[in-house]
Amino acid sequence: MKPAPFKYIAASSLDHALALKAEYGDDARFLAGGQSLVPAMNFRLSRPPVLIDVNRLDECAGITRSEGGEIHVGALTRYRELERASDFLRLCPLFADALPHIAHPQIRNRGTIGGNLAHADPASELPAIAVALEARMRLRSSAGEREIAASEFFIGPLTTDIAANEMLVDIVFPSPKPRSGTCFLEIARRRGDFALAGVAAAVTLDEEQRCTDARLALCGVGETPVDASHAASLLIGRRCTRDAIDAVASEVGNTIAPSGNVHASPDYQRHIAVVLTKRALDMAHTRVGHGA
Amino acid sequence: MEPDLHDIELSVNGTTYRRSVESRMLLSDFLRHELHLAGTHVGCEHGVCGACTVLLDGHPIRSCLMLAVQTNAQEISTVEGLSADGGKLHPVQQAMHDHHGLQCGYCTPGILMTMTAFLRENTAPSEDEVREALSGNLCRCTGYQNIVDAMLAAAETMRASMP
Amino acid sequence: MTTRYFGAPVKRNEDHRLLTGQALFIDDVELTGMLHVAFLRSQVAHARISSIDVSMALKRRGVVAAYTADDLGAYWKPGPLLVPPPPIAGIVFNQRTQVPLAKDKIRHVGEPIAIIVAESRYLAEDALDDIVVELETLPAVVDIEDALTASSPCVHDDLDSNVSAHVRQTKGDYRSAVAKAHRILKRRFRYEHGISSPIETRGVVAQWDARGNQMTIWDTTQAPVFVRNGLAAMLGLGERQVRVIAPFVGGGFGPKIMMFYPEEVALPWISMRLNRPVKWIEDRLEHFFATTHERGQIHDAEMAVASDGRILGIKDVFLHDTGAYDPYGLTVPINSQCTLLGPYVVPAYDSTFTAVFTNLPIVTPYRGAGRQHGVFVMERLLDLAAHELNIDPAEIRRRNLIPADAFPYKNEIIYQDFQPLEYDSGNYEPVLDKALDAIGYAEFTEREQPKLRAQGRHVGIGVACYVEGTGIGPYEGAKVQVQANGKVSVATGIGTQGQGHFTSFAQIAADQLGVDVTDVDVVTGDTDQFYWGAGTFASRGAVVAGNAVNEASRVVRQKALKLASDAFECSEDDLIIEGGKVSIVGIPGKFIGLGELAARANPMRGAVKPGTEPGLESTQYFGPPMGATANGVHAMIVELDPLTFDLKILRYVVVHDCGTVINPMILAGQIHGGVAQGIGNAFYEKLSFDDQGQLLNASLADYLLPTALEVPRMELAHTTTPSPLNPLGVKGAGEAGAIPVGPLFAQAIEDALQLKAKHVELLEIPLSPSRLFELTRKAAGA
Repeated sequence: MKPAPFKYIAASSLDHALALKAEYGDDARFLAGGQSLVPAMNFRLSRPPVLIDVNRLDECAGITRSEGGEIHVGALTRYRELERASDFLRLCPLFADALPHIAHPQIRNRGTIGGNLAHADPASELPAIAVALEARMRLRSSAGEREIAASEFFIGPLTTDIAANEMLVDIVFPSPKPRSGTCFLEIARRRGDFALAGVAAAVTLDEEQRCTDARLALCGVGETPVDASHAASLLIGRRCTRDAIDAVASEVGNTIAPSGNVHASPDYQRHIAVVLTKRALDMAHTRVGHGA
Repeated sequence: MEPDLHDIELSVNGTTYRRSVESRMLLSDFLRHELHLAGTHVGCEHGVCGACTVLLDGHPIRSCLMLAVQTNAQEISTVEGLSADGGKLHPVQQAMHDHHGLQCGYCTPGILMTMTAFLRENTAPSEDEVREALSGNLCRCTGYQNIVDAMLAAAETMRASMP
Repeated sequence: MTTRYFGAPVKRNEDHRLLTGQALFIDDVELTGMLHVAFLRSQVAHARISSIDVSMALKRRGVVAAYTADDLGAYWKPGPLLVPPPPIAGIVFNQRTQVPLAKDKIRHVGEPIAIIVAESRYLAEDALDDIVVELETLPAVVDIEDALTASSPCVHDDLDSNVSAHVRQTKGDYRSAVAKAHRILKRRFRYEHGISSPIETRGVVAQWDARGNQMTIWDTTQAPVFVRNGLAAMLGLGERQVRVIAPFVGGGFGPKIMMFYPEEVALPWISMRLNRPVKWIEDRLEHFFATTHERGQIHDAEMAVASDGRILGIKDVFLHDTGAYDPYGLTVPINSQCTLLGPYVVPAYDSTFTAVFTNLPIVTPYRGAGRQHGVFVMERLLDLAAHELNIDPAEIRRRNLIPADAFPYKNEIIYQDFQPLEYDSGNYEPVLDKALDAIGYAEFTEREQPKLRAQGRHVGIGVACYVEGTGIGPYEGAKVQVQANGKVSVATGIGTQGQGHFTSFAQIAADQLGVDVTDVDVVTGDTDQFYWGAGTFASRGAVVAGNAVNEASRVVRQKALKLASDAFECSEDDLIIEGGKVSIVGIPGKFIGLGELAARANPMRGAVKPGTEPGLESTQYFGPPMGATANGVHAMIVELDPLTFDLKILRYVVVHDCGTVINPMILAGQIHGGVAQGIGNAFYEKLSFDDQGQLLNASLADYLLPTALEVPRMELAHTTTPSPLNPLGVKGAGEAGAIPVGPLFAQAIEDALQLKAKHVELLEIPLSPSRLFELTRKAAGA
């Protein structure tokens, strides 16, 4: 399973990378970690005529915090770095829950968050987390820059809003709200496999333990990450009781339309999505005020 | 289309190599067929089985998912570099022998590379942690049990020899 | 003779090379001028070929040749039938074997259509895209029941149906069993085994040396001698002109003993044609189609039982998916048919099977080789009877076990070794007792389980018994030679795929010859080193080749003693062999080294006496009259998440009897590996074909092999009933671990989820969380 021939160019800077992308358009793909792209190329499912290697773009890697408290994660930050960034994991604990489920350490040593999000596999964990946390994607081209909300970024299976001349450079996570708790859970056949269903949940409570904000996003049960926050909003103004959570989970079950795959029937996916929603909301609620 | 060739210079097990490679040549093929370091094995070419695992700057990666051209100015470690110059086996290799952690031996180099890196960072792992670390390397022969025992034993040996 | 090594957990001689990356596997073979081969494979399961145009491919830079079936000329012919049908009365068998390249018709996805030879595999794969094939796609035959309907398309046009074989075997009188029965349990069972998926795929390197008139073939085969013989005949060469080398092979498990695969047949022909060495290495995607599978059977089975749970008779009618061709004859379904009987007394048995052609890859033995299917049916029928009669599942098994004084036990029907099925030896009840004791069966069922259930946990236990026919003939041979340097060389015709032959055979020779086990060098799998043999399959390597090694070593030992007694002018009874030398008992300092004896036996002057041979060597053969029967019991405790149906194995026990054990460490490794494959088969691995014969999960990301997190720690124990069929008393063990795992999962999961009370029965393998959800939901809705 050898890849088809291509022209390889190692970009020396972001400007260089963007200039190349502007030149080659859809003929060129960015090569970041390669953990999704290279297998597709080895299967010859993907045959880009040009590969622009962006691994040297240190300016696009790393985690910083803006003055307003927003967390900026460079698109080329590898999972490995995220796993070891304890400050970041404290601010975005959904990542702490999810990262061990992403493939295996050998993959995580190369793969990048930007590569994952741009690849947009419907079963992938990070797109759901980006949607749950209301992240914004920053895209750059040689013509300029724009931001787009995560919920609008994912358009279809393996399809995002990135234009032919654009590169995802940065993902911005809002500053975590006080009195919040989060939880990400998934069911997969084996550790590291793609999720049959995954749930990212975040709840924010007031002093009376009533929910003031609730976010819910699922992976693996739709063509894109499924934003189920309308279901989560059933919690707003209420305490996170068993009944309240069950109602949200039930609504999630009614809303999603999983298509099933070789490992799971659509009904099984729907069923575990409901089960995981309950468990994730329950855990998120428990974690409020524990520094989570 | 003429092949897209690139000059690279990299270090493998401490030796520097200069080659001209076609851009699409996978690192796994480069190591095995250009450098004749055939200890790294190919099992799937889609990053799942782990047989091709090598260390890039000390971190385990799938050499089947890396292009040789990307390794310019990098340091690779393969199974051939594990044992000492005199031929003495690395504790992980010795433990695998002592605990019958290999049968056909095909997945073994990938496991050795994965686990030497793991044990360097995790000096006293539990059985569960060892199994988790191993879960990215498929073995069809052993059922993993003896490999787990070998790694726990190697961890102990390596701890004992630490200053 | 002191036994220093036999029975000891001797560490492996072969490890150092493997651990340091110095062992030669097929893709490590690099030859000057070597070219690389890629096969164009069909993307559809069933089609007529209208035309194949390779002209564009030939124009591509780096492409040296392109071939289709027509180019092979008279060389193109269907492969030989590897295993003829057994001598069973009334048998129907339609031989249809695979072809080197599809000619007029394509019969399964992945069937090779054309060959590209190029400077590199990369270029060869590029050139595959240049080949233009015009096909008339036909509806695919996928479901084995549909395949037998009158309106089904035919996989083989010259047959008027998709019947590959029809076999009925009976023992006793089932109808009278029915008449006497207290109950009849009748169900439909579906069992699917999967693919072997070794971490190393297949490969062939062929090097024709026109000047030396020699063909050398490196091949990941488990049967180098048979491959040598067959390819020599096909190529019009003498057997001694062909050398087949099976190097280190990264896992065999059965499909690497399928022979005369298209690629195996094509590569030597190409090498002769081009006068260049050529290499083909199967990639993982190819492996899903190009290497043989095991797959499914559907059994409509019934058991007539007495009120105390004793089996009065079993009737089974089953369908077996053989795939597009049937080169391996009926080995797999015959194994199913015979192994169903298990370790139990079955007075009456009426078993009929129809092997069915489908437009799917060929089915040939994969670890267990059809035994799994039969064992599943028997074990599930026993569980159903146990439930119906309110008898404990372990107890019902105990009541049916063949008693210890009943051996050799005749089951009458014909087995894969073409002999009436006979269990040579066994003592089954202690194995069951040991397993129940090890897993704490009584403690668990009476105390722990109720306690855990009260805590809301869903835990369950399973026990499954099986027998395994091992060590069949025809024979193997070994040449043992003491060399002038005192080291011993052993050569045998079988190959090695990780079973530790380099060590276990060395142990046998080292004990006979009183040398250090590390001073015995074993060569397997090289037809120039040893000419005769069959291969490594059906759990026979240690039994058959091991006994040949023992016999040859014993003869060499006798020769050494004779030579030494002549040299010392004393009686052989006064001599002892140990430490690599022969010495006189009680006179330290008076000895001759074995190497010295070997040198003396090869005189530069003088003569070799009539009736003797030079050197200290011997070649001996061992051919058992029939297979030796091993047996075992597996027990398992599982916990299920009642909502997600996620499963965790809490305990796994194996008690196994494979006769005398050569190396318990190697044996344990074989059991571990077999169980791991069994777990994969039971709960993770499933080939998902669509209704047009496309495999939807042709990658290791979606064909789920168990990892270190899915395979638990296993607790092993043994009993020993030596086989009377060979001097060492050994029985085979290679497949044992894989055989009973399916019914074990079904039983334990039913127990954990208390499915019987919910009227849910698990009558199929593989299972999965999603499947359990569907089955329980269906029952709840019903």
